[in-house]
Amino acid sequence: MTPTESSGTPLIEARGLTKRFPGVVANDRVDLVVHPGEILGLLGENGAGKSTLVKMIFGIYQPDEGQIFLRGEEMTADGPGQAIARGIGMVHQHFQLVPPLTVAENIVLGAETTRGGFLNRRAAEDEVRELSQRFGLIVEPSDVVEDLPVGIQQRVEILKALYRGAELLILDEPTAVLTPQETDELLGIMRDLASSGVGIIFITHKLREVLAVTDRVTVLRRGKSVGSVDTADATTESLAELMVGRSVVLQVEKSAREPGEVVLAVDGLQVRDDRRQMSVDGATLQVRSGEIVGVAGVEGNGQRELVEAITGIRSIVGGSVTIGDHRVAGHPRRVRDLGVAYIPEDRERDGLVGNYSIADNMVLTDYHRPPFANTGIRRFDAVDANATELVERFDVRTPSIETTVGSLSGGNKQKVIVARELSHDNKLVVASQPTRGVDVGSIEFIHEQLIASRDEGDAVLLVSAELDEIFSLSDRIAVIYEGEIVAMLDPETTTREEVGLLMAGGGESDGESNGQVAGLGADGAAVD
Amino acid sequence: MTTTSPAPTSPASAPGSARSLLGRVRVDYRILAGLAVIAVAMIIAYQWDSQQTTAVAARTIREAAPLILAALCGLIGERSGIINIGIEGQMLLAAFVGFMVASSSGNLILGVMGGMAAASVAGLFLAWTAVALKMDQIIAGTIINIFGLGVTSFLYVQGRTMPSVPNWPIPGLDELPLIGSMLFSHGPLTYAALVAVVVVHVALFQTRWGLRTRAVGEHPSAADTVGVRVYFVRYRNLAIAGMLAGLAGFALLQSASVFNRGMTNGKGFIALAVMIFGRYRPFGVLSAAVLFGFFNALQAQLQFRQAFDIPPQFFGMIPFVFTIAVLAIAGLRTRPPAAIGQPYEKE
Repeated sequence: MTPTESSGTPLIEARGLTKRFPGVVANDRVDLVVHPGEILGLLGENGAGKSTLVKMIFGIYQPDEGQIFLRGEEMTADGPGQAIARGIGMVHQHFQLVPPLTVAENIVLGAETTRGGFLNRRAAEDEVRELSQRFGLIVEPSDVVEDLPVGIQQRVEILKALYRGAELLILDEPTAVLTPQETDELLGIMRDLASSGVGIIFITHKLREVLAVTDRVTVLRRGKSVGSVDTADATTESLAELMVGRSVVLQVEKSAREPGEVVLAVDGLQVRDDRRQMSVDGATLQVRSGEIVGVAGVEGNGQRELVEAITGIRSIVGGSVTIGDHRVAGHPRRVRDLGVAYIPEDRERDGLVGNYSIADNMVLTDYHRPPFANTGIRRFDAVDANATELVERFDVRTPSIETTVGSLSGGNKQKVIVARELSHDNKLVVASQPTRGVDVGSIEFIHEQLIASRDEGDAVLLVSAELDEIFSLSDRIAVIYEGEIVAMLDPETTTREEVGLLMAGGGESDGESNGQVAGLGADGAAVD
Repeated sequence: MTTTSPAPTSPASAPGSARSLLGRVRVDYRILAGLAVIAVAMIIAYQWDSQQTTAVAARTIREAAPLILAALCGLIGERSGIINIGIEGQMLLAAFVGFMVASSSGNLILGVMGGMAAASVAGLFLAWTAVALKMDQIIAGTIINIFGLGVTSFLYVQGRTMPSVPNWPIPGLDELPLIGSMLFSHGPLTYAALVAVVVVHVALFQTRWGLRTRAVGEHPSAADTVGVRVYFVRYRNLAIAGMLAGLAGFALLQSASVFNRGMTNGKGFIALAVMIFGRYRPFGVLSAAVLFGFFNALQAQLQFRQAFDIPPQFFGMIPFVFTIAVLAIAGLRTRPPAAIGQPYEKE
């Protein structure tokens, strides 16, 4: 855990790295040091320049100024190939694995050992198996990658780097795609790797993870390094302040409020998932106006299907969903017309059209009616005025409202959705993982917006894998387990441990507790 | 916490696939069933009319050969991510150039090499438009088809002849009933097609070339980040694939012995159907091509015999109707390489 030889030659040292892109200085004289066996947290909001910095170290970009020293020797890499050859490995945020190939094939690809061009599959598998045992990254070499869960795929990515002799491992937001349990496992793996001498650069914006696993933290803000601190001396508050540049309210301020009439009533709901399994099976739940009900649960316990049934996207097999006086029967637009806002779990897939401009994305739900269209003809002045206003009000950082949404950072994409959804006159807000993969500043903002909706009298259904988020926002907590709401709790009188146990099925006498209670360890959000 | 958990002890082979010297062989039961029905029908028909059955059997393989070679051409390109609908044009160019070279030099070897070179150049052209120009690959393939048909029809002059391609019956084996004339008394290009199936299969699944090809066709940026040169792989594969299309074109000359305008007659397109029906796997291609070859042979035999009082054009339709039916059914469940048709842009 502690740097073994912080006084010795650093594994990697970057001095005064500067990278300019047209119109922006992405990195401005940034310094960074990693020693062997050390885990360095690289923190920063989206767009702060973390990715640019590691891409320079990995040789994807060339710095305009500054030097990089690898074990004391100056390094110039004009391509990842050279960086790999010198012992630098990178696990990209979007996995670089070939889905139909096996684990072993993916790991040896590009560095195959062959005899006369022929692969020695058995030797490759043995080698991978040996490597996987040495580093405690358990994988089966002959498994096909596309059949593996995300957490295991990530192990394959890490093994791929280790197979090439990586001594410095760059992990670019590795926990963004992981469940709380998988995150815990990854953090354990990182500690093991560090203790065997590998240096790690760990990019994240989850402060809890940084505090849990790193030795030192370097914080970037707007392309500049604003501080490098020992993790032991840091707190969530001090790191958040460094990142954002002002003190951040981590504890959400929330006034007491008396809930009104029932807006959403889910009664004995049954819904099938994509594999035709009954993943919501008898869920019952009510949300009143002016309250936030948080649905806590380990991912894959029917949250997605519950939300999609409520919003009319997925058909209902049994039971009912009632919004106001209307029964929902699988018509998304009719559900929306009842005054329902929906912040989907997968924003790229379900919330935005990446190739469309911000202006067009802002009217995705209303493009067809006045003032944005008149007798079927679009009114672009109204569309633009709407976008200009919302970009301002919801603090979307963008060069222009004509910018395509696909080119924005994760936090800004989410703000576009939040702006579109919460600017309506809503009765019910359904927010699914609203802050996943979003930086601290944006998390704070999105939380404020959800609280504001509640204070205006909206009913809010919040689904989140982050227990912190559930606890700080919810007026009531619904725990979902295997498609049923197994408990309805008051956050004031409940502990994280109790909720965690219920999430793992510990509430039932015959429940199979898997022992890995989600979110009790390092599940992440910046709220405390 | 994960370090102590034991390694999962799953067996080395996944269900549905068997390991052998040839790597993972996946069996497509639909094609196998079709072949079994044909085999049984042939054996029964053989009892009834051995001469005609033998003729159909031999012709099945002869008709299948150019389809196999052309489909393997498509397969090698598509496995690396480039859709090749220009096979028809490549075959036509190869047949034309091969014929002209063979007829003017009197040397068949030179003719084959000329044909392969011509189709290979056309393949490189396709790779260039796809890689360097990032052009729509369907349009680029169409260019090759139109160019191939136009230029060969324009330059073609009647009256030339070339040496005929010899038949190479395999002594001892060619005497076997039914099997002998079906498998062991063909011209060199037919044997080449059968050998090519094995070679491409082993290369695709057992060699570094094959691993890199599949990676580039499925996820080029993953291949790129580990140092595989995506563009180079695509150029090289299309050049190699073009040579197979060249053999396919020359295989048409093997039976016709003379070049005719538009003599491919849609075989390049049927080859694409064969490739898809064969699920982008060499042995799948072989099986599918034999099915198509059989319908071609049947059609030819029925036309020749005039057994029924039906205009011969109706029999001529059979292979095409079969193609449409196969694509409608097979296209539903086949998964092409993921990166197919998309230009790769480096970061």
